[in-house]
Amino acid sequence: MSAWFRRKEKGIQTATEEKKDTPKGLWYKSPTGKIVESEELANNFYVSPEDDYHVRIGSKEYFEILFDDKFKELDAELSPQDPLQFEDTKKYVDRIEAAQRKTGLNDAVRTAVGKSMGKDLVIACMDFSFIGGSMGSVVGEKIARAIDVAKKKKIPFLLISKSGGARMMEAALSLMQMAKTSAKLAQLAEARIPYISLCTDPTTGGTTASYAMLGDINIAEPGALIGFAGPRVVKDTTGQELPEGFQTSEFVLEHGFLDFISHRSDLKKKINLYIDLISNNPVRNEEE
Amino acid sequence: MEYLDFELPIKELEEQLQKCRVIGEESDVDVTETCLQIEKKLAETRSEIYGNLSAWQRVQMSRHPNRPYTLDYIRALCGDSFLELHGDRTVKDDKAMIGGLGKIGDQTFMFVGQQKGFNTKTRQYRNFGMANPEGYRKALRLMKSAEKFGIPVVSFVDTPGAYPGIEAEERGQGEAIARNILEMTRLKVPVIVLIIGEGASGGALGIGVGDKVLMLENTWYSVISPESCSSILWRSWEYKEQAASALKLTAEDMKGLGLVDEIIKEPAGGAHTDREETFASVQAKILEHFEALDKLSPKELVKQRMEKYSQMGVYSG
Repeated sequence: MSAWFRRKEKGIQTATEEKKDTPKGLWYKSPTGKIVESEELANNFYVSPEDDYHVRIGSKEYFEILFDDKFKELDAELSPQDPLQFEDTKKYVDRIEAAQRKTGLNDAVRTAVGKSMGKDLVIACMDFSFIGGSMGSVVGEKIARAIDVAKKKKIPFLLISKSGGARMMEAALSLMQMAKTSAKLAQLAEARIPYISLCTDPTTGGTTASYAMLGDINIAEPGALIGFAGPRVVKDTTGQELPEGFQTSEFVLEHGFLDFISHRSDLKKKINLYIDLISNNPVRNEEE
Repeated sequence: MEYLDFELPIKELEEQLQKCRVIGEESDVDVTETCLQIEKKLAETRSEIYGNLSAWQRVQMSRHPNRPYTLDYIRALCGDSFLELHGDRTVKDDKAMIGGLGKIGDQTFMFVGQQKGFNTKTRQYRNFGMANPEGYRKALRLMKSAEKFGIPVVSFVDTPGAYPGIEAEERGQGEAIARNILEMTRLKVPVIVLIIGEGASGGALGIGVGDKVLMLENTWYSVISPESCSSILWRSWEYKEQAASALKLTAEDMKGLGLVDEIIKEPAGGAHTDREETFASVQAKILEHFEALDKLSPKELVKQRMEKYSQMGVYSG
């Protein structure tokens, strides 16, 4: 019987590009090897049902999950400049153009106001697919303006971090976005408007060292990488083996920097529960 | 149900009554009269024992393994609305100190409190209700957050003391407790403190400064535990009963000294014998005091609190 499968010709070599493959986008394979249909994945909050792996998603998906239906995007037209004529292996202007073409986004954050469980919420959500979710002038300015809207209209503010840190191509201009956004958050705190910081995979560098850690509550999705210096940098600098689970959400919770970890399917409910409690309003139910 | 040593006569009578009833059910012997007599004796013995609890017996009651702990109260009071919040934003999430937001009726409260475990594993996990500096700092962070949004604070005290560990000292156990005491005297929202079990010294006061401090009937609150007091002053652990009585640590004593504001009655036999009743009286007291305190402006509230603490102490001249 096994003769059916015996290879008659020896040394068959097929070039990678000639190999037959499943068309892209039909299936998703999680890091532990669990396979799920794309549609099923989307219906399951982009969480792999078998191993609960939270797939990286962007602003489009988060807005879909957290807003009831419609929302109004803010400052969508803001676009990056190249004030330093920065060039590494590639010109920054070319990098921007390529990223914009690839992602259809103008920069690494989108901000919007809409209803979540029937009440207004301002959300700023970072997109990792745009130059690693790096924070430059546009990210800083859009977050600052979103905070202004939240403050002026007295609407709770949610910021979803997903970023490799400050954008090197804008050098110190990027660095100062940490101070700019923090100053705005201080104003929001003065106005006693609740600010929820949601850390998703990954939240690192200048993002962690500014708005991601400044929430009235800081929360995270399970298994996200959250830290200041990346694990490789820490390992190379110290020459030490990193402890198990280093810089995961669970590690960061244990060390006192998160209020809680929420499964993506519970995010909307839990964020709104916090808002109702801290505003001393009646607790809303999801069905209503 | 577990019994304390002085409760053994009750246990014996309860067993007798049980046997008597079984005989009545399984045979033709008329035991009605006997059962009634035992019941009467049981009621008498109960009121005899629980009506005359010594200071040391109150201490034992406060540590009863079946007693409800902080999270039991919060869950009973808030149900699904409780949202636990974690972390001190510096080093750790202390499992011996818990906190979070929840609703009683339509009012949100910020809860903080020491948490004990209910079996060997959870007792270790909760470090026997002995908080580290990060526990006190977590509680303070939550109380400051409550103040920011005008949410009243309810604090549950139940600790054999702040944790006396090396790392606790390195991280400033003293500083953490001191900071909490100072900040709690000037918190601009109502603070209601309930001693639900043990109130040991600075570890208790570290979350224990409030507009109203209420002690459950079978709890103790003092500057030191009777055992440690015995060991220091009598140079032996044997004198804990005398120490307990000398320290004037019961709810009644503390109320008499003007150091706490009110005593909450417990069901006969202790808070654990009828948890629902205990939760109901605690909830009623919280709401009653909150309603009164809510009428005061933040300024009046803080002034009144400061005056209350300024008057404590006895001296001549």
